[in-house]
Amino acid sequence: MLTVLAPGPLATVQDAGRCGWASIGVTRSGFADRPAAGLANRLVGNDPGAAAIEATAGGLRVRAERALLVAVTGAPAPLTVDGRPAPLNGPLGLAPGAVLDLGIPPVGLRTYLAVRGGVDVPPVLGSRSTDTLSGLGPGPLRPGDLLAVGPPPPGQPTVDVAPVAPPSSAPLLRVLPGPRRDWLAGEAWTALTAAAWTVTADSDRVGLRLAGPRLHRARDGELPSEGLVPGAVQVPPDGAPVLFLADHPVTGGYPVLAVVVTADLAGAAQLRPGDAVRFRAAR
Amino acid sequence: MTDPQEPVRAVPYGDRAVLVEAADPAAVPGLRAALAAAPLTGQLDLVPAARTLLVVLDRPVTDLDVAALRRLTPAAGERPAAADVELPVVFDGPDLAEVARLTGGSAADLVSRLTALRLTVAFSGFAPGFGYLTGLPADLHVPRRPTPRTRVPAGAVALAGPYAGVYPRPSPGGWQLVGRTDALLFDVDRDPPALLVPGAAVRFREVR
Repeated sequence: MLTVLAPGPLATVQDAGRCGWASIGVTRSGFADRPAAGLANRLVGNDPGAAAIEATAGGLRVRAERALLVAVTGAPAPLTVDGRPAPLNGPLGLAPGAVLDLGIPPVGLRTYLAVRGGVDVPPVLGSRSTDTLSGLGPGPLRPGDLLAVGPPPPGQPTVDVAPVAPPSSAPLLRVLPGPRRDWLAGEAWTALTAAAWTVTADSDRVGLRLAGPRLHRARDGELPSEGLVPGAVQVPPDGAPVLFLADHPVTGGYPVLAVVVTADLAGAAQLRPGDAVRFRAAR
Repeated sequence: MTDPQEPVRAVPYGDRAVLVEAADPAAVPGLRAALAAAPLTGQLDLVPAARTLLVVLDRPVTDLDVAALRRLTPAAGERPAAADVELPVVFDGPDLAEVARLTGGSAADLVSRLTALRLTVAFSGFAPGFGYLTGLPADLHVPRRPTPRTRVPAGAVALAGPYAGVYPRPSPGGWQLVGRTDALLFDVDRDPPALLVPGAAVRFREVR
């Protein structure tokens, strides 16, 4: 058992997400930064898709109600256990009653707390993820929430510490041409890959809103709705692109100019309002 | 755009998905059924939409995948033999009079026309359990409201463009509201969770 003492600005339970329900309008959701969350799980011997806590902008405080093995990865929030500094990116034993505290990360946005056995909240449609767009899954964590921990997995933790580079607050993300590049003016692709973009304050798990040059349409009319993926860069009528993340809508009706390559999605998921981001053609 | 000579186009969509575009929108459910029955290796999900089917993989897309999808033919007769869904609707929506005016008849005419239709769930999106219903005649196509409402109640029956739909839960929305139903559109504890699944036929029955 784990008690949430303080969730910080937003803390949710996430796992590998809900696959196979898109045809009834349910998006995958799940970890925004999959590699970081997968690492936290592997460090405690879990399956990489086991349910863990995703803390946004730090501020999470939890108490172990029994001896637990945990690992903290992702945005490098200063970590303390009972007030003493503790290392990120490695397994960490918590004694019963120990209080784990995340400060505010100097870079990056999302920090993952995995616990050996996984967070055991009731799954909804096969996943324990909170989908912030549709409201499926458990609600955001609140002070006083008591989270059950699942039985220990057969795997044993084998690594003491994983060398991990911190996220960048000004990454260069590789993009492939999107399926509707022809709906946008010829210079839109050039503008996307040349400009310095700024992540705006209305960004969330659904997507990053980007401020920069306005991107123009090449054709009028409405695009019939079609499927979206994480990393899709969609251009709504106001010309300000949206880079979709884990809780993206299943379908969208605005043209997708570009798609961030999967390997660079974690970098996008760690961007916070005010951060700079650039794009370059992947090939 | 789709070449009429080519029944199916397949366009890579990032490095983990392919967008399959059908020359004939009516082919999309059959294409989905074909891939559901014989999935590609590592196929995570299928996203049917108005004219397209997005195939999402858990691994990089290869030229072989694209070539295979270009040859995809719709499965015939794979539509689930689900009974028609009949939705009891109270036609008292705040936009009923406006929609009647736009479509050139009285509210009573509009209601009798809507209740005579057999609509089909073409695809889902917007929210879990929200089905885009096709089958409206062209003269019942109305534009979205110029300013979306910040809150549309659950069960609102609405029209926009070529589609009808029912809001499964309270949300913002820009469609024209003609009525409301107390049918439960989405319930995670039901199998299937969505009342309106792609391919299902839907009728509105007027209740007061």
